[in-house]
Amino acid sequence: MVDINDADAGGGTSVNPPAQSGDDSLAIELRGISKRFGAVRANQNIDLKVARGTIHGIVGENGAGKSTLMSILYGFYQADSGEVLINGKPVAIHDSSDAIAAGIGMVHQHFMLVDTFSVLENVMLGAEGNALLSHSASAARKELQRLADEYQLSVHVDSLVSDLPVGEQQRTEILKALYRHAEILILDEPTGVLTPQEADQLFVVLNALKERGVTVILITHKLREIMDVTDTVSVLRMGEMVSHLNTRDTSMSELAELMVGRKLESRNYHRDGPLPPATGEGIEVVNLGVIDKSGKQRLKNLSFEVKRGEIVGVAGVAGNGQSMLLEVLSGISLPTTGHFVINGQKASADEPVSPSRMRELKVQHVPEDRLKLGLVKSFTAAESSVLGYQRARRFNLRGLLKLKTIRATCRRLMEGLDVRPADPNLKSASFSGGNQQKLILARELEREPEVLLVGQPTRGVDIGAIELIHEKIIEMRDKGCAILLVSVELDEIMSLADRIIVMYEGQIVAEVNGRDANKTQLGLMMANAHQEPVQDSVA
Amino acid sequence: MSINTSSIPLPAWLEIGLIPVLNIVMALFFSGLIMLAIGVNPIEAVGIMINGAFGYDEAIGYTLYYTTNFIFTGLAVAVAFHANLFNIGGEGQAYIGGLGVGLVFLLLDKYLPMILLIPLGIMAAGLFGAAWAYIPAWLQAHRGSHIVITTIMFNFIASSIMVYLLVNVLIKPGQMSPETRQFDESSWLPFMHEVLGWFGMEVTRSPLNLSLVFALLCCVFVWVYIWRTRWGYELRTSGQSEAAARYAGIKPKTVIITAMCVSGALAGFVAVNEIMGVHHRLLLNFTAGYGFTGIAVSLMGRNHPVGIIMASLLFGVLYQGGAELAFEIPKITREMVVAIQGLIILFSGALALMLRPWVVQGYLKFKPVDEVVPA
Repeated sequence: MVDINDADAGGGTSVNPPAQSGDDSLAIELRGISKRFGAVRANQNIDLKVARGTIHGIVGENGAGKSTLMSILYGFYQADSGEVLINGKPVAIHDSSDAIAAGIGMVHQHFMLVDTFSVLENVMLGAEGNALLSHSASAARKELQRLADEYQLSVHVDSLVSDLPVGEQQRTEILKALYRHAEILILDEPTGVLTPQEADQLFVVLNALKERGVTVILITHKLREIMDVTDTVSVLRMGEMVSHLNTRDTSMSELAELMVGRKLESRNYHRDGPLPPATGEGIEVVNLGVIDKSGKQRLKNLSFEVKRGEIVGVAGVAGNGQSMLLEVLSGISLPTTGHFVINGQKASADEPVSPSRMRELKVQHVPEDRLKLGLVKSFTAAESSVLGYQRARRFNLRGLLKLKTIRATCRRLMEGLDVRPADPNLKSASFSGGNQQKLILARELEREPEVLLVGQPTRGVDIGAIELIHEKIIEMRDKGCAILLVSVELDEIMSLADRIIVMYEGQIVAEVNGRDANKTQLGLMMANAHQEPVQDSVA
Repeated sequence: MSINTSSIPLPAWLEIGLIPVLNIVMALFFSGLIMLAIGVNPIEAVGIMINGAFGYDEAIGYTLYYTTNFIFTGLAVAVAFHANLFNIGGEGQAYIGGLGVGLVFLLLDKYLPMILLIPLGIMAAGLFGAAWAYIPAWLQAHRGSHIVITTIMFNFIASSIMVYLLVNVLIKPGQMSPETRQFDESSWLPFMHEVLGWFGMEVTRSPLNLSLVFALLCCVFVWVYIWRTRWGYELRTSGQSEAAARYAGIKPKTVIITAMCVSGALAGFVAVNEIMGVHHRLLLNFTAGYGFTGIAVSLMGRNHPVGIIMASLLFGVLYQGGAELAFEIPKITREMVVAIQGLIILFSGALALMLRPWVVQGYLKFKPVDEVVPA
């Protein structure tokens, strides 16, 4: 462990710097950071240089390794190899207290605040400093006032966190970091929960921080913010740093292209001609809206239709309402406004349709979150293979489950989609993600769906299986099944979908023809940046 | 860095065999220390206890009579537990189950033959127990009132209701003790010594009665219900993952209510053993804490009927052998026996998983590497 204060004090004038020491005008330097989770390379040989007193953006798709990289920097994970240099000195960060000691502060996407504490108490938490709170509280209050004035971070010091608007909660997080003398501030998707006005306010604060010499790292997938506020930007793709750029020399479309990679020679599954105009509709959604329990608008005014024999892809950054859309259409959640007609059955807030009824209607749902919804981890594969069909006549004999039939069916499903190991008695949790997914898909496809709702069909699935899954989906399409495909994999959507709708914050922001879609443009649409003059929208 | 061992599965013989045995050994070890401290030879004490529980047929009768109660309450806790509900209200449900039996018999024992009275009594015990569990279940399902709190409170309410009814309403006129008149003999569940007597076996009198057979039938029923029926499947799904349950079209609210009613009925069956089998009248406090001990029984039996039978037997031994111990060795008081029971509950209930990380580590050391499945 290097004493950070020494390194700091010695900043410009250090004599005989150690051989491995770096450029001390850099607040952060990463050299060859690699991190694997099992077979997944989350980070591979990452190099990064961030100059002191700048705002640096890191962009990348979901799963590109942004969060892993920042978790390494903040001590949640240990890198398998590589080194971290802070102010030119190598440091070892084993946990968050090392990170704090090194002057790193982090503002997480999901705030780490105690709701029932006041702002002051939250800021002091972990840095109380004295057995009696009152003494340190007055000192903290003074210090908070100074910080708030200096960085234009106005907060109500004595309000409970739960009473504050989200933007102010975030400022509390920033104050927490500054109170601990953070000189490097990492913000993970900071505007995800903010209104545009709050986001603007945040950027004012970030610029103020920068002027005082604080280094800011901004992780986001919103390219417009990168263009607006950063000095330099790095692009992560599939765990690797693909580019370091000066923000003023780049453009949103270039960043989008770098983020998603160049166009791959993906297989094209598109049908030869258009569907006959008289084709019936499998799903028709009219003005669908959902407001969740906390009052947040999750879906807003959605209207679209999926014809029989058509695949409609839903593109979007995760968390923009796609999951809710699947839940509503499959009967798990209720819409607040509007209605939809699915395989001839109308459903709305007043006329709810249960998931079991949906299954009877041959509306099948392959859920996005397979571990939470798709199967029960502690059940055997055989038990999970009848989840949702436990009442089906062929599995029941006067209330008793026909275990032999269930096991035999499971074995057949496993063989059909090459689930390994093909052992129905194994616990569901002990299969790899890809094999769990194949089992769920096999279960749902076996019922010959007329409407198929699929979420992230190939997340965490190996290449060979991806192809198999894609072919199954196409097979269903050719049988006349109406398919709604939600995926964060643009390649997948582009090679499968006849039409693509793009969701952003619960709304449809664009619709493109699957055949004509291009990745750059979709990337921009997903960040809701496509209305910029950079590129014309096709929608 | 230490690994999280709780997610590593163990083979059944370790999980439900070795670990519970280790827990009991730990509890006995600490009990032994206490006995040494008061100057009693622990080995001798264990001998007296075992002899007191199994040494002669009256002892065996008493042991199995206690066991019967623990099977009912243990099963009750286990069924709720599979639905991820913690039913602390077994005591009250058993008590109210007794009220059901009492009311039915007070009304009908003079008019109906045994062949009808016995099934009616059993049904009344189950229905009243279920009804008493239904209220907290409904509150949990529809109003979000926490089942642990409500079931605890319902124990007190049940207790107060019973005191009121027995003192003011159901009491046999012209006597001081708050209990009903004795039921007609046609409603008595045959004692085991009587049943065995029909087959020519001479057994000493004990409170053990045919309820034990019924309890074992309930074990089979619970096993089939939980693992072999679709209702049990839905109950387990809902208990393991509410999200998966909703995905599968299962209504968690219905599951909560069903599971609690089944649980309450099982607890109510304590009255079959106590009222129909032994006391033949309704009286105060016949539940004697069996409902609470059922929690420890279920935890120790890993919520599985076979485990529950074994754990019930252990507690039966503790109750009967413990009483014998207090009788034989004056230094060991009744309170001391309760302390030993407490230690067993502590080690096999609250600290049930204390030794597991070490067992897992030992297991991993000897386990072939290729068997390890990545998370």
